[in-house]
Amino acid sequence: MTAPRTSAGPADARTASGPAADGPLVAVSGLSVAFPAGPGGSPVRAVDGLSFTVPQGGSLGIVGESGSGKSTAAYALLGLHRDTGADVTGSVTVAGHDVQAADGAALRRLRGGVAAMVFQDPLSSLDPYMAVGDQIAEVYRVHHRGASRREARARAAEVLDRVGIPDAARRARSRPHEFSGGMRQRALIAMALACRPRLLVADEPTTALDVTVQDQILGLLRELRAETGMGLILVTHDLGVATSSVDELLVMKDGRAVEHGPVRDVLHAPREDYTRDLLAAVPRVNVRRQTRKDGLHEPGRDDSALREASVLSEASVVPGASALPEAAVLLEASGLRREFGRGKRAVTAVDDVSLTVRAGETVGVVGESGSGKTTLGRMLVRLLEPTGGRLSYRGRDIGGLKERELRAFRSELQMVFQDPVSSLNPRRSIGESIADPLRAAGKLDDAAIVARVRELLERVGLDPASYHRYPHEFSGGQRQRIGIARALAPEPKLIVCDEPVSALDVTTQAQVVRLLGELQRDLGLALVFIAHDLAVVRQVSDRVVVMRGGRIVEEGPADTVYEQPAHPYTKGLLAAVPRLEAAEAPA
Amino acid sequence: MTTDLLTTAEPEAGVAPASGARQVLRRLRARKSALAAAAVLGLLVLLALAAPLLAAIEGQDPNTYHDALVDSARGGVPLGDFGGVSAEHWLGVEPGTGRDLFVRLVYGARVSLLVALGATAVQILIGVGTGLAAALGNRLVESLLTHVTDVMVAMPLLVFAIATMAVVPGDFPRPLLLAVSIGLLQWGGMARLVRAQTLSLKKLDYVSAARLTGASSWRVARRELLPSLAAPVITYAAVLLPTNIVLEASMSFLGVGVKPPTPSWGHMLSTATTWFRADPMYVLLPALMLFVTTLAFTVLGDGVRAALDPREASRLRVGRTRRKARTSGAGGAA
Amino acid sequence: MTGYLLRRAAGALAVLLVLSVVVYATFYIAPGDPARLACGPRCNPEQIAQVRAQLSLGDPVYVQYWHFLQGIVAGHDYSTGTALLHCDAPCFGLSYQNNQQVTDMLIERLPATASLAVGAMAVSLLLGTVTGLLSALRRGGVTERVLTWLTLAGTATPVFISGLALLMLFCAYLAWLPFPSYVPLTEDPEQWAWNLLLPWAALGLLESAKYARLTRSSLLETLAEDHIRTFRAYGVAERKLVTRHALRGAVAPVISLSAADFGSMFGGAVLTEMMFGLPGIGALLVHATVTLDLPVVVAVVMVTGTAVVLANIVADVLYAAADRRVALR
Repeated sequence: MTAPRTSAGPADARTASGPAADGPLVAVSGLSVAFPAGPGGSPVRAVDGLSFTVPQGGSLGIVGESGSGKSTAAYALLGLHRDTGADVTGSVTVAGHDVQAADGAALRRLRGGVAAMVFQDPLSSLDPYMAVGDQIAEVYRVHHRGASRREARARAAEVLDRVGIPDAARRARSRPHEFSGGMRQRALIAMALACRPRLLVADEPTTALDVTVQDQILGLLRELRAETGMGLILVTHDLGVATSSVDELLVMKDGRAVEHGPVRDVLHAPREDYTRDLLAAVPRVNVRRQTRKDGLHEPGRDDSALREASVLSEASVVPGASALPEAAVLLEASGLRREFGRGKRAVTAVDDVSLTVRAGETVGVVGESGSGKTTLGRMLVRLLEPTGGRLSYRGRDIGGLKERELRAFRSELQMVFQDPVSSLNPRRSIGESIADPLRAAGKLDDAAIVARVRELLERVGLDPASYHRYPHEFSGGQRQRIGIARALAPEPKLIVCDEPVSALDVTTQAQVVRLLGELQRDLGLALVFIAHDLAVVRQVSDRVVVMRGGRIVEEGPADTVYEQPAHPYTKGLLAAVPRLEAAEAPA
Repeated sequence: MTTDLLTTAEPEAGVAPASGARQVLRRLRARKSALAAAAVLGLLVLLALAAPLLAAIEGQDPNTYHDALVDSARGGVPLGDFGGVSAEHWLGVEPGTGRDLFVRLVYGARVSLLVALGATAVQILIGVGTGLAAALGNRLVESLLTHVTDVMVAMPLLVFAIATMAVVPGDFPRPLLLAVSIGLLQWGGMARLVRAQTLSLKKLDYVSAARLTGASSWRVARRELLPSLAAPVITYAAVLLPTNIVLEASMSFLGVGVKPPTPSWGHMLSTATTWFRADPMYVLLPALMLFVTTLAFTVLGDGVRAALDPREASRLRVGRTRRKARTSGAGGAA
Repeated sequence: MTGYLLRRAAGALAVLLVLSVVVYATFYIAPGDPARLACGPRCNPEQIAQVRAQLSLGDPVYVQYWHFLQGIVAGHDYSTGTALLHCDAPCFGLSYQNNQQVTDMLIERLPATASLAVGAMAVSLLLGTVTGLLSALRRGGVTERVLTWLTLAGTATPVFISGLALLMLFCAYLAWLPFPSYVPLTEDPEQWAWNLLLPWAALGLLESAKYARLTRSSLLETLAEDHIRTFRAYGVAERKLVTRHALRGAVAPVISLSAADFGSMFGGAVLTEMMFGLPGIGALLVHATVTLDLPVVVAVVMVTGTAVVLANIVADVLYAAADRRVALR
């Protein structure tokens, strides 16, 4: 490993040279973290008997789904559970420092000086009142007591420059809200670099970022590691992100390590069923969609089956859209436009968008945050009124209809929402929520409504007996199924799905995507599938629309857009998607 | 066909929301101070309700003068120790008049609670109505009501309440007048709260989903919004109650509240300012009653607020709740 | 910034205009016959007729309102029967009680009110923020429990109880202080402060409880934010986390509230003024209400409203200055 360069006084030497510089960089053994129980509950054991080591200069990706305890484990490396009431047992050694035994002062020296942390949300993780450079300088001075203000500022500008902030000396005086999301994350990384730590712990560092920015940040992390020789522990839910950035993977589930090994081994020859399921569920941007005739692929009971399926699908070249070119046009938008605010502050969220949705097809809408895709989706079902343009459903203009006049169309245009928590009223039983559109229609009597709701619950893979249960009793994936059942209830012709799976874990995601595909096939629904995740969109779409800044930049059959993108923006997006295959390919 | 029923990969059901009334009650019960406050208030309400009964038991009434019990030579100081405490007059008598203090205090509780509750009811009615209308109405209605609300919040209530007393005919029943004028003047906070809550509720997807069912806006408001508003409105009402009690007492103290001979703590206190050297009991008792009542309401209000706030339960965690939306699938248990 | 202030000033003007309409309707139209009120209970019909003419009550309501508004903006001429009297803007008319100009009465009362407001605000801000800071820093300790209960008790105490307690203790039993009587600052600064000590303490102590609670809760809220976690994860000591990173965000709402409170104290410290016999605007209001002296009541309401509206603008500007995340729009 490369020894950290020491340049700024004795304090630096003290923090940098640990008691056992030749041992492993990180040694965790038998780590358990339990959170105290709320009133009437039992303590939550978030991490349970976790052990692993990372060699000097090595890198480890901790991956797992929500609730697997991966972030909790990472926090323990810096002793961040101290004084929070959490019960931490086992031993954690970072660069020879025993984190568990360290006193307050020693722990503060370790934090930032030996091991530095990069958090998930770059905006809220920086002090909004302080210039970015001053924040970095402050951290530097915590670890270099002898350093003057001027030296600290110089160091801040230096690291900001290193992470690629243009005109760093001047931008160091800006406050965080004057930075873009990507620049903020760069600034956080600069803060981590400031004291030349030997280990960087990054907790979902790119989750809040768009895919192109994510690509840049991951590249920066790789560069910095090569240059300084520091170790990296990357906590992420995204296997693609992990594989492109680390040497070893640790798969966690329910607080325990399921599998641990070099990236290639874990991807290629997973020993555990859970890892296999996880890998199989990851949507791949370079794999064609299964045509409806093939039936939908079963995201793998085993990995080879998936490979075969994907080979098969590439062989049977029957793009979904070309199967029904003559199908009737359901929804047609032309020159659709939506502004928010008035006067000088008006923002155009959707600008001159034209789109056609035919019966039975799936139109995927992809775009980064702020591209206007959600606004478009809400206009299509008329939750929002378009500011301009024409929106017609089966030939009738519905763009300017009043709420009362819209009622006749409401049942035919439905929506599935993103957030499984807020899409169901917590105070009403799920059966009642699903029954709502049926009751509003007033065509069925009570018994018929209940029977229909039970049927719908079963249709989306839930127990019909759960009619009287409340949303909080269900998991995220189950709630999304309930949301789908509610959308199906009035027998719609078209459902707009706004990021329906982006809040879900990858295995749940695969199940919900499969369910949507089945429903479409069986019921002949038209779907508009909005998502930021290019791979998921490819899995489900016949045609794809790429949005940027409120406009459509590219449109076409899914395979054409993904395989021969015409617009440079689309090309850039596709290139930025982290791929499992890159690491999978045998060297 | 059915898809495989819920494989193990689905995470366990999330933490139940803090909104359930039962959970709030459970958390409230865990706070000893809130329980004590509730007990004190229960006792107080009982006293107020049973005022005529208690008076009958003691054998006194609030308005009979007992000249024999005060020392007219010393300006009317009650005879006997502690302001004339005796078997007939449990807490002594009023200086000057000799009226029974205990009965006047429990009748005073009646006035106090009645005015405060009445005012709170008016505040809830106007506040919820205005707040809902501001949140659901069109741009014009919204900006108008929001402005009016801002003005109402800013205006010094006591000044206005006092001023209104100058123009209301003297024969108008005073407790009712007080309740209405306090209520009419102090609904701004409630309206703001309801508007903010409604605006954030309106953004929730389940409200959008309800609109997609083709239900009328009234139906959506009634079924999806109002039930969720109940908790914050009740909490805020609990905060308003002690303020209203103090306002009534203040106005009576200033001589523009309930009119004598109706017993009122505030009025007693204002008379007491001239007696506090000679008869400290007369200051102490109404002051104590008023203080304990407002303190109990404040403590209870604090408790309710804490019980309703799910953050209170998760304060021990390392950071704030994680970003929702896109990233919520990514969080670890931290 | 200038644009913002102009917009706010226009908004404030609109609010005050609305206020004046409401006030005029409430006090001059609703009561029925202001002439009888103005004249007092023992007036004979001729006197009432004279007053009616003097107040131009024969004119239509909107003309009367226009005169009222004109008086405030441009001044007004009055005939008292014998002489013509000019009343400079802002003119709120003549007192029903003694025919004095209401504006002069207010100006006369202003020093006492201002003295009380400034002192009490200083006491409450200083005491409140320090107490709040202390109780947030000593979280979980005995100090916090004691302070929590003290501030709770403070918010639950009406000023006439605490004032009474202070009077009884310091003036009656201990006899350390004389019973307060107002001495103007210009006359004798030492006596001024000495006499105002109790009113400041009574009002300031209670108000400080409010600020202490606000400081504490907003500090705790800020301390739970992500950026605090960042600096904790970089080895910054807890004390420094509070002083350098949390305090700034936490004081913004306190400053803003205190500015708004300061405005309302110019009419709202009624109880304290009455309690301690201070000849301020609040005491004037109570007196005018009891004697049905409508022009005075109206003037106090308008002046207080103006003070509050202005104070709120100041509060918003201060808030934005303290919390740079808030943009003034």
